[in-house]
Amino acid sequence: MHFYTYDGSFEGLLTVVFEAYERKEWPTQIGREGEAPPGIFAEHHFVPTQEDKAKRVWEGLGKKLSKAAWENVYKAYLWEQSGFEMLIFQFVRMVFSSTQEGVEENFSEPCVQKMAAVGKQMFREKHRMEAFIRFQRTQDGLFIAPISPDFNVLPLVVSHFEKRYADQHWLIYDVRRQYGAYYDLQSVQIVYLEDAPLGLRKGQLSPEILTSVEPLYQQLWQVYFDHVNIPERKNQKLHLRHMPKRYWKYLTEKKPRMQAHQPIQNKQVPTAMPRLKA
Amino acid sequence: MQTPLLEKLSILADSAKYDVSCSSSGGKRKNEGKGLGNAEGMGICHSYTEDGRCVSLLKILLTNFCIFDCAYCVSRKSNDVKRAAFTVQEVVDLTINFYRRNYIEGLFLSSGIFKNADYTMERLVRVAKKLRLEHKFNGYIHLKTIPGASEELVKEAGLYADRLSVNIELPTEESLQSLAPEKNFKEVLTPMGHIKDQLVLVKEEKKLFKSTPSFAPAGQSTQLIVGATAETDRQIMTLADGLYQNFNLKRVYYSGYVPVVTDSRLPIISTPPIIRENRLYQADWLVRLYGFGVNELLDEQNPQLDLQIDPKLAWALRNRHVFPLEINTADYEMILRVPGIGIKSAKKIVAARRFSHLTWEHLRQIGVVLKRAKYFITCGGRSLETREWDEEAIRRRIIFGEKGSRASLWGSQMDLFQQAG
Repeated sequence: MHFYTYDGSFEGLLTVVFEAYERKEWPTQIGREGEAPPGIFAEHHFVPTQEDKAKRVWEGLGKKLSKAAWENVYKAYLWEQSGFEMLIFQFVRMVFSSTQEGVEENFSEPCVQKMAAVGKQMFREKHRMEAFIRFQRTQDGLFIAPISPDFNVLPLVVSHFEKRYADQHWLIYDVRRQYGAYYDLQSVQIVYLEDAPLGLRKGQLSPEILTSVEPLYQQLWQVYFDHVNIPERKNQKLHLRHMPKRYWKYLTEKKPRMQAHQPIQNKQVPTAMPRLKA
Repeated sequence: MQTPLLEKLSILADSAKYDVSCSSSGGKRKNEGKGLGNAEGMGICHSYTEDGRCVSLLKILLTNFCIFDCAYCVSRKSNDVKRAAFTVQEVVDLTINFYRRNYIEGLFLSSGIFKNADYTMERLVRVAKKLRLEHKFNGYIHLKTIPGASEELVKEAGLYADRLSVNIELPTEESLQSLAPEKNFKEVLTPMGHIKDQLVLVKEEKKLFKSTPSFAPAGQSTQLIVGATAETDRQIMTLADGLYQNFNLKRVYYSGYVPVVTDSRLPIISTPPIIRENRLYQADWLVRLYGFGVNELLDEQNPQLDLQIDPKLAWALRNRHVFPLEINTADYEMILRVPGIGIKSAKKIVAARRFSHLTWEHLRQIGVVLKRAKYFITCGGRSLETREWDEEAIRRRIIFGEKGSRASLWGSQMDLFQQAG
């Protein structure tokens, strides 16, 4: 039994892969340093991150994988769910031991299936963030959006927003993982808000810091949302499947209304509707 | 009279919502030079209404004043409703401010016809032009082409819009004459033809000169109202197929008729024909992406799509002589035709069988819906079912489950009738 630990970084994990190959001692578990070992008989190896070793593993993978499958290894790291380190290790080992082209398409191999499923989950969460992020404008012209995604997708959405909002300052802040991405019209930087007010770190923006027209546009959006709905077609199940409740927290259209928006009374249908005969 | 912005938006969003298109994909506007917005490839649904439809675009009318009197339309002249009109600047400001907050992918602007077609069209074009030129806006713009608008205006619209659409609404000339007396097929098809010609022309010119300005890069689309008139699904799908082939349409949208006005010419229904609409979309996908011909899905004996089962399953049940397919050897095109196997699964099957012989467990992991597919395929020469089921039995087992207790059968049947309305 071999229990490898690393500092939690992606490079660190790749270094573990390198070490395991060099020692020819395959891990039974990989974890962050400080995590409890799998059993009292496990041999514990802490592997300090070494960039040159990590780079060799990474580039070696690049030569054997399609670009999408290569990037997917990084996505599995950002997935952060229990067992992700071993999944990556098993996948990498399978890739290095295969002589065939296109191993990433061998769906009869369980770790290929699992990697594909993880990739799909990451894609969905990234896509949801690109859809559900809501910016609020502050008085000094900064557009702020708090998020708390299920997986660590912030690094994956940055380039989307960089291209889209190239002419505005913005900050996307991951409240769950306590770090953010800030764009200053030139480039995106990773920021930590240790000294920021507690409200902001919890994702709440106080009304005083917002620009004066912000409430109007938020209200306009709520009005729009309420009026595009067609009550005759109501389908709550479908609504929740597309927009699960855990995402509502930061959605402007799901915040309490200042006033109720009744449908415009422009329809003239008889109130007592005769039933269609079968 | 000045109506406050909030009320205007209520009225003009409420009247635009019956237009079902919300697609924001297919635009190819890259943000070059630090402008606002970027629309490359994939569309994004930023929100979902309580009826589960995607909200991607700010979909509004410029005005609901209208000189036409189409029976099915909320905004028709003879309807006594609240009327409002946006100014060009108001639409521009709303679009920009919604876009900057990541509420929307762009704008879908349509309008009632006030004064005449060109007068209205000119204003729609002005909104798009202002967004593109003054605000360097690269988000998505979909403009509705007003029936009867001049060719020059349609051409100009295409320079700024990503998509243009002309709604046919009713599938035959007779229906159009009865419900929308001011419209006729020719007036609807003429601008569609102009748009198509322009799309083809620009594509040719682009081959020679890369600098040719693009024209509606996301193509054109149209909408058909389903259930307001007596046309069969076969008539509707044949028309749609003709439109795809002759007018290079990107999409045909089918909108289940929602009763919004009383009129002796219209049917009285209590709920919109949502299932029928869904079946039409499924058939549309089969024709566009799965290589089916309309005549395979619908013919003289079967002029309507089956409401209980999807059109692919219905086809497979009528063509049992084609099956079963051996999954390890069958052609990709045929695997696509198996109920329970979609495009993604079909591709995975073809990719994975290069490495190893596929088993039922592999198929399950790949995501094949075996509940449906098992009647039509074999895996290594073996079937999952030990006995032969006839067409009726398969249909029953797929709809009502394999246990088939009387009570559950009754329950789901009632449910189906209610949904079918």
